[in-house]
Amino acid sequence: MFEGWDAVVLARAQFAFTMSFHIVFPAFSIGLASYLAVLEALWLITKREVFINLFNYWLKIFAVAFGMGVVSGIVMSYQFGTNWSSFADKTGPVIGPMMAYEVLTAFFLEAGFLGVMLFGLSRVGPRLHFLATLMVAIGTLISAFWILSANSWMQTPTGHAVNADGQFVAADWLKVIFNPSFPYRLVHMVLAAYLTTSLVVGAVGAWHLLRDQHLAGARVMFSMAMWMATLVAPIQILAGDQHGLNTLEHQPAKVMAMEGHFQSHKDGAPLILFGWPDQKDAKVKYAIEVPKLSSLILKHSLDAPLAGLDTVPRENWPPVPITFWAFRIMVGLGFLIMGLGLFSLLMRWRGMMYQSQLLHRFAVLMGPAGFIAVLAGWITTETGRQPFTVYGLLRTTDSASPLAAPAVGSSLIAFIIVYFAVFTAGVIYILRLMAQPPHPGELGPTKDLPARAAGITPAAGAAAVEAVR
Amino acid sequence: MIDLAIIWAFIIAFAVFVYVVMDGFDLGLGILFPLFPQKADRDVIMNTVAPVWDGNETWLVLGGGGMMAAFPLAYAVLMPALYTPMIAMLLGLVFRGVAFEFRWRTQKARNKWDLAFTGGSLVATLAQGIALGAILQGIHVEGRHYAGGWWDWLTPFSVLTGFALVIGYALLGATWLVMKTEGDLRDRAYQLSWILLVAMLCAIGAVSIATPFLAVQYTQRWFAWPNIILTAPVPIAVAAVTALLLRALGSKNDHQPFFLTLGLFVLSYAGLGISMYPYIVPQSITIWQAAAPANSQIFMLVGVSILVPLILGYTAWAYWVFRGKVRPGHGYH
Repeated sequence: MFEGWDAVVLARAQFAFTMSFHIVFPAFSIGLASYLAVLEALWLITKREVFINLFNYWLKIFAVAFGMGVVSGIVMSYQFGTNWSSFADKTGPVIGPMMAYEVLTAFFLEAGFLGVMLFGLSRVGPRLHFLATLMVAIGTLISAFWILSANSWMQTPTGHAVNADGQFVAADWLKVIFNPSFPYRLVHMVLAAYLTTSLVVGAVGAWHLLRDQHLAGARVMFSMAMWMATLVAPIQILAGDQHGLNTLEHQPAKVMAMEGHFQSHKDGAPLILFGWPDQKDAKVKYAIEVPKLSSLILKHSLDAPLAGLDTVPRENWPPVPITFWAFRIMVGLGFLIMGLGLFSLLMRWRGMMYQSQLLHRFAVLMGPAGFIAVLAGWITTETGRQPFTVYGLLRTTDSASPLAAPAVGSSLIAFIIVYFAVFTAGVIYILRLMAQPPHPGELGPTKDLPARAAGITPAAGAAAVEAVR
Repeated sequence: MIDLAIIWAFIIAFAVFVYVVMDGFDLGLGILFPLFPQKADRDVIMNTVAPVWDGNETWLVLGGGGMMAAFPLAYAVLMPALYTPMIAMLLGLVFRGVAFEFRWRTQKARNKWDLAFTGGSLVATLAQGIALGAILQGIHVEGRHYAGGWWDWLTPFSVLTGFALVIGYALLGATWLVMKTEGDLRDRAYQLSWILLVAMLCAIGAVSIATPFLAVQYTQRWFAWPNIILTAPVPIAVAAVTALLLRALGSKNDHQPFFLTLGLFVLSYAGLGISMYPYIVPQSITIWQAAAPANSQIFMLVGVSILVPLILGYTAWAYWVFRGKVRPGHGYH
């Protein structure tokens, strides 16, 4: 099997597959960890039972999602060596330390405090427990910092030199870490994680409001989530625009692919809304376009000239159709999310927040929108920087391991089978937890083990608060 | 001048060892799971590690990530050479990792996830042991690349080290249960510890006898004069620790067996270090050849010297929070 296949293509498929599965979990757990910290803080401050109930409700879901994120993440940390050993050898001195810092500053922090966060409330009391929750939340953000810095360096490499063995080495660590695209990517991704989580929380709240509009827990989570969507979606669109301008400066070919600009335009480039990019013929078929709008967006002037892929050697073109469509899916969902936020604001203003079935249905439908947008965004940025792993410097074909196609193909099949089996089950368990309404006296993880959960009941928690005071 | 490569070799070795110790006992619990068929026992066994397993596995990421950072060439050569065992290990870890949460989320499929816990633990352990054997027996390198096939790792020796590690982890798991449980469950863990200790001594013996036959360098390292003055204490210490372990098992001291088993691991690990030094890929790449440029190693060394003590501190705190015996129906009290 796989004789005659291209091992590099198989390795890319494997990375894309394992990465796509992985990114879904961190995108959710970054947002959810912060949300849990907020819920616990609100509980500690207000002592309102609804907050600890919601905390325990989402904690169970967090435990399952976090576990899947951990195991799919360990796979990623070894993919560099197994399938991309030339890349690992050449970029290890630069990328390696950043990932090592991610492990040291983020993974250990999350893992070290996760156990206390999940099972330790009755053992350490509410204040230390809150500290543990906070550490887990901070850990997820530090993790985003380092991994996005490493990814951004691959997109916009600066601060490096090349040694006699052909390895990249750091000349200036600050320039490596704070490379030109990093601040934009970090903001864009963290906001995306928050939005993704708010859409999930909002959908779960709306789902239960459709059944019982008086359910206190559902009301609180729905309202919090809709505030998040209302406030953050416009900021995210702004951040995305800035990120795009940064990409235009440092990776113009990617923006050309996103826009479907095969040709250069001397006096104002059109914004192609939809169409079918044909890589071979170098044109967008059936294009629906708005004249000069692309120049306005990218150059802030209607008549500004805009270069197209005809200025880039053909062997350096990214796959245009994928980049073009993934980008449109992301942007379209972004505006839909903002629409949901504005609609909820209108309903809130009219006092119909918990009554409008239309709003609730819309919110339920938008539950998975964040995940799809995150995936589409990553596909845009990762496909758009092809054919390089280190942009402009190291080609993808020169990055792979010296492995035969059968080895890479078999492991790809193994990953596909295992991931679908395991993560489908996990998603079903999460959906099952979400299908239960949050109720008073909500228990934490492993409720079927009476004693362990006993410490996390509100009564015991409240008693612990008293004990600490 | 301080030799950064040696410092980093110790750091990576330390990370891998902490991983072996910490994930060793919880993989061992997975291996022993079929011997405890009752749900109540299994719940207790799971709960002895549920709050800490995630931290345990993070050391594996540090070992891998740290190696890519400090010895990129070795990472780039070893990973393709160990391709199949590595992929098998990762998939095994997926199955056992999700089982920790999944088995509480379903009544119907609980047995399936218990099986996944055992199967995943067993496959991951075998793969790690096989990888160790494959490294020891030597790897075909040309230039800066692995140059062998994708089944080169499979030899009688690597299979031997694979099973040896399964026995070792199972012993760690059994002595962990002795320490963390009580009553009937603990008594059965004591019985298992006896059997597994004998098996582990056989395994250590078999690997020790087979290793010198792999390469003449190993023989010289261990038996040539004056090296033998430095190497001879290792087997003597193994005998001493074994004697203490037998006494601890006999006198039913619940805490000592686990830590003495760790002692056996320390000694076996030191033996490996003696065999391999100064190679990171035996007989072909030394730690100096594989080392990343000094500025990469120094940049990380700053972080490691501040952060690792901190990590050890809060990890110890987490273990302390969940200290003591885990009782059925009492959870953490």
